[in-house]
Order: sequence, then structure tokens, then C-alpha cells
Amino acid sequence: MKINIILAGVGGQGILTIAKVFGQVAVKQNLFLKQAEVHGMSQRGGDVQSNLRISDKEIFSDLIPEGEADLIISVEPMESLRYLPLLAPDGWLITNAKPFVNIPNYPEIETVYNEVRKVKNHVIIDAQGIAKEIGNVLASNIVMLGAAAEKTCFSMEQLEVALHEIFISKGEKVVDLNVKALRAGNEAKSL
Amino acid sequence: MQKLMLLGDEALAQGALDAGMSGCFAYPGTPSTEIMEYVQHNKEAVERDIHRTWGSNEKTIMEAAVGMSYAGKRTMACMKHVGLNVAADPFMNSAFVGANGGLIVAVADDPSMHSSQNEQDSRFYAKFAMIPCLEPSNQQECYDMAFLAFELSEKFKLPIMIRLETRLSHSRAGVTRRDKIAENVGKLPEDKNQFMLLPSFSRRKYKNLIKLQSELVAASENSEFNSYTDGSDKSLGIIACGLGYNYVMENLANRDVNYPILKISHYPLPRKLVEKMYKECDKILVVEDGQPIVEEMLKGYISGNEKIKGRLDGTFSYDGEMDPNKVAVALGFGKEVVGTVPEDIVGRPPALCVGCPHIDSFVTLNEALKEHGDGHVFSDIGCYTLGFMPPYNGINTCLDMGASITMAKGASDAGLFPAVAVIGDSTFSHSGLTGLLDCVYDKSNVVIIILDNATTGMTGGQNYTGENKIEEMCLGLGVEKEHIRVVTPLKRCHEEMVQVYKEEIAYNGVSIVIPRRECIQTMTRRIRAQKKAAKK
Repeated sequence: MKINIILAGVGGQGILTIAKVFGQVAVKQNLFLKQAEVHGMSQRGGDVQSNLRISDKEIFSDLIPEGEADLIISVEPMESLRYLPLLAPDGWLITNAKPFVNIPNYPEIETVYNEVRKVKNHVIIDAQGIAKEIGNVLASNIVMLGAAAEKTCFSMEQLEVALHEIFISKGEKVVDLNVKALRAGNEAKSL
Repeated sequence: MQKLMLLGDEALAQGALDAGMSGCFAYPGTPSTEIMEYVQHNKEAVERDIHRTWGSNEKTIMEAAVGMSYAGKRTMACMKHVGLNVAADPFMNSAFVGANGGLIVAVADDPSMHSSQNEQDSRFYAKFAMIPCLEPSNQQECYDMAFLAFELSEKFKLPIMIRLETRLSHSRAGVTRRDKIAENVGKLPEDKNQFMLLPSFSRRKYKNLIKLQSELVAASENSEFNSYTDGSDKSLGIIACGLGYNYVMENLANRDVNYPILKISHYPLPRKLVEKMYKECDKILVVEDGQPIVEEMLKGYISGNEKIKGRLDGTFSYDGEMDPNKVAVALGFGKEVVGTVPEDIVGRPPALCVGCPHIDSFVTLNEALKEHGDGHVFSDIGCYTLGFMPPYNGINTCLDMGASITMAKGASDAGLFPAVAVIGDSTFSHSGLTGLLDCVYDKSNVVIIILDNATTGMTGGQNYTGENKIEEMCLGLGVEKEHIRVVTPLKRCHEEMVQVYKEEIAYNGVSIVIPRRECIQTMTRRIRAQKKAAKK
């Protein structure tokens, strides 16, 4: 098996938590993993991305080559489009609907959605709204993870176990919240 | 043993710890910061009480590392590529005095300048100093090379450079640990004059260093990190340096092509292996992440050598980070790109955080300077360099760590009025003090704004050596007490700040204004940690 995932967002939105869950699953299965992150200047509100590669064979490049990303998971709609050259022809673009506007020239949101809809395989979900309903808007990352779950080679059960292992140090409540968020994201319909 | 998931930086730190390091010395700088941070948070490093506090700048930490090596212990100095410029004096001379306890100089380069002012390639420095350089291609090699570097350092009595790049420093992968090596007990050098560089000694040491070069090449030729994989298709040979090897293998692993590949991760260049490839192959593609140092060496100066392909002949662009796509094109595998970035997608440059104290400092400074027009503000390296961005457009220059003060001085010496320097508290401790001393000595007409957010912000909030003594340092260097002004960068203090700036601009001499308010990022973390502690 081999999966290449681009995680996209804006510095400070916490895309690395999603990476951490996948990482936890991969490590348990003794798979190879490479995960390139962005640290430094761009973390200050700039566009950030993480290249996550998981495989049962040795992985060479830390960067995903153009046209080879199976998934783009973005916690911000415009950021999801920045990495389209990396998306494989049959790859999925899964994005949060809620824009993060910290620049004066952010495009019209409908224009952004229209561009997302031009991608053959796409999912737009209101992760913030769903997370809010569950009880904590901070879980919207995990809602995104849930929305992407079926497009990965990992089962919901594996992801739930990983969430448990990662969040148990913060208490059962936090684990439950995240599991709920994962399931809600998984069941969410694309807008 | 279960693998550890580590960033390249962290893998190097873990390797150095397991290979018997007694002290780590560093100044924060992207992408090298996480080396020291890993050591600081490592349980065993704490138990062993390994030296792990930040130093003032790269020069002081490099010298401290040479001192620890003198005392016979294994040590590592860590910095970013431009930090090595600051440490260049002790670094170059450390090749002459050499090492007693193993000495690693870990330098993280930043091709494509993700978070830096240039993309200089530190391998030039290693060649310049005539010392070995190890360039890992993956996280496991980061770990393993710490062992080799200490071993080589003590064998040849030389400092060893380990060169990382952003893509490796900040990428995570599984790393398998080795058996640990105990720290050195520590003993003085056998030759008690080893670390003495009077000219008569230096001349002898230089001759020794020159003589040693053939042994260093032999070590490279036999290194486990350099390998020659022969191939039947000799129309092209590939020399893949450091990370370049990954991008080559990414392209070749699933293809039926059979070019000879020379992987190089240990310099000086392994002469026999390079010559074998040069003799046997029609053309050679050099894939290196950084400046074309290997390519230039092979190609030579005289024109007409068309055999060598790389950044110099336009096969790759001269600048910028190497990646798998560029290598695919160079190898003739370029594929049709399906998706393109829609035209409506705009850039999202980094910006000062909401609530950042620097915002208030720039808004008020702009107002105070309005009557003087544009072109008066010399800035420095830190979050506040983002004060260049709209809507602030608050600074005019950025050169290197500390240059705000001395550039303002030089411009003032040329008659520019007002001349204002903007520098962070950590950067001031790094290399602002000597520049300020110059200003005081010349009674320069400058206003120096030291933005005190109580942290090294841009690199993620590290401690720094000048904490809580900015005023005292300025006083000690001879700035008049009444011209050291502390203000609070908050909206409600707007009028007062503008007034203080104006008064100090009007004063003909050295003025210091210190806008003081905690970094919003470190404050948030601090409060969160306090809440957590209170819960417990």
C-alpha cells in the first residue's frame, strides 16, 4: 500500500494533529512514513502544508511529486486549491468550508467553492459547524479527518484507536469528543 | 526496538546524545532550532545534565563548543546557515586547532529561503576550512552520522560539519537507535599546544591540515555513506548528493532504467568513485540541494566541458530547493501536470499575529516619522521584519542580525536624519551590543528601538541570554539614563508612544526606546501551562 496526503491550512490552524493521527496508525502497523512540515516564518499566519507519505515500501522523497497526492485535506478552502498540481488525476480534495481571512485580497468565497467543485473528486464540509454541534469548535480538525477517512486505506476503527492513544493523557472526555468528531465528519454530506 | 518518529533535527540530536555528547551549544535559527530544543526536552539529557542552554550568538556557542572539545568531551554546536557567518572566525580557526573531544558543527541550510535572507550552501564553508562534511539524505542517517562524526573528529582531531537542509530538518520519519556510547571522561589534549594559534604554530598546523587531506579523501572513499551502484546504461551517470539522492531514487525506484548512481553524503569528494563515473559514463548529472559546489568542481573553470549537467548548464535552475519534479524533468520523465493553481488564488504571506505588540510599535513609529517622509527605518532579523508588510510598511532595510543599529549609525554618519533602528530584544543580545557601543563612542544621532517581547519570537519562543537586562546593558554601554525610555505598546498608550518617539528623534545623540510587552504566542502558551498546572 502507499498513500500520499497533503495537509493544508494557515499557520496556527493545527494541521499537524491530523498528521499525528495518521502517523500513529502507520507506526502501529510498522509502515514507512515521511512527514515534511513547515516551521519558522510561515507559521505566522502564512500558508502552510505538510506532505505526509505512508507506504509498506521504503519512501525516498520527503516531498510528494506533482500529480501523486491521493488526498488533499485542507482546513481552509482557498488553501486546498494551492496544491492542485500535486493532486493525482483520481485524487480527492477534501476541504473545510470556512474561510480564514487574514489577507485583504481574499477572493470571493463562491469563486473559491466553484474552483473546488471543478475538481473531479471533491468534498466540502462545514467542519466548524459540525464541531460546534458536537461541543467544541477546536475538534474541527478531527471532523476533517473523519470526512477523509474513507478515502484512506485506514479503517474508522484504526483511526479511533489512534485518537484514543493520542488523547487519553488529556482524559476520557477529550477522547470521546474527538471520536464523536471523527464519526460526525465521516457521516457529513458534502455541501 | 520500536522506531522513533523524529524530525531530521531531532534524529541528529538523539544520535549525538546516544553517541556520548556532553554538551550542546546553539542559538535558535530556522531550520536548526529543533536540534537544541530536542536536547532540552530529552529526559536522559536532563538526567545526564548535558549542557543545553542557548548562547548569545553563533560565535559564542561555537567557541564554547571548541572549549568543551579542548576539555576532552564530545560536543555539538548548532546553527542555521547564516549563523555560520557569525561563527566564521572560530569555525575557520577550529580547523587549525582541531578537536580533542569529538566536535560536531551542525549547520542547517535553507534552500529556497523558506525562513532566511539567503540560501548559501554551508558545504562551501567545510571545503573552505578543509574539514570533512557529512550530508545526511534521511532521518536515519542524521542519527547514524552523529556517531561517525564524533569518531572521525577524534580520529583526525578535526571538527566535522554535519549539513542539514530545511526539508530534512523539518521532516519526520522512523529512526532506529543504536547501542549507546558513554560520555568521555574528559582529558586535556596530549599536545598541550594543540589549541594555540600563534603564527609559528599556525604555519605548522596548516601544513598538517594540508597533509591530512589525502587521508580525509580515503575516509570518504571507504565511507558507508558514499556508495556506487553500477548500472548497465552508461549514457548517463548520476551523482546524487545528500537529499538529492532521495529525489533521484523517487524517480528511478519504479522505472526500468539502469544508470550508475553515485550517492555522496560524506565529503571531501570520494575521488576514486567520482573518477570511475567520469571515465565510464558519457554524461554526468549532478543532483545537489543547494549551490552547485560539486558540479563546479567537476566541470572546472575552462569552458567546453559539456559532460557535466546540473545547475550551471541550466539543466536545473541555479537557485532554489531541489525537488522530485525538477529531477524528473532532468531525467526526461517529466509528466503532464493535471491540476493547476486557479488564477483567483492569492498568496498568503506570513503576518504579525493578531494582538502582537510589534503592531502598536510600528503604528506609533509611523505616526512619529510622518513629517520626515519614508526611508528612515533600519530593521533587523525577527518577527518585526514583517513590519515591512502592509498595512505597516514600517521598515526600509533588513541585512543581518544586528545590522539595524550599525546601518542606522552609518546612514546618520552620512547625514541622514532621523536614523531609526528597530531590533528585537533577542537580536539585540545576539549582536546589537557592539553596534550600540560604536554609536555611544561616536555620539551618533540615532534612535534605537529595542522591541522587548521577552522571547526569541520568530523561531518559536526560546529564552535568550539578555533577558531582563536590556536597560542595564544600554546603561552599561554608556547610553544616558534619561534617553533610555520604556513604553508599553498598547492602543491606550498610543499618544504617549508617539510623543516619546518624537522627543527622542529630536534629541541629538543616542536614544533607546524599549516598547515592552510579552509576545502574544508565548503569553498564550504560558497561560495555558499555568491553567494546566493549576488543574493538577
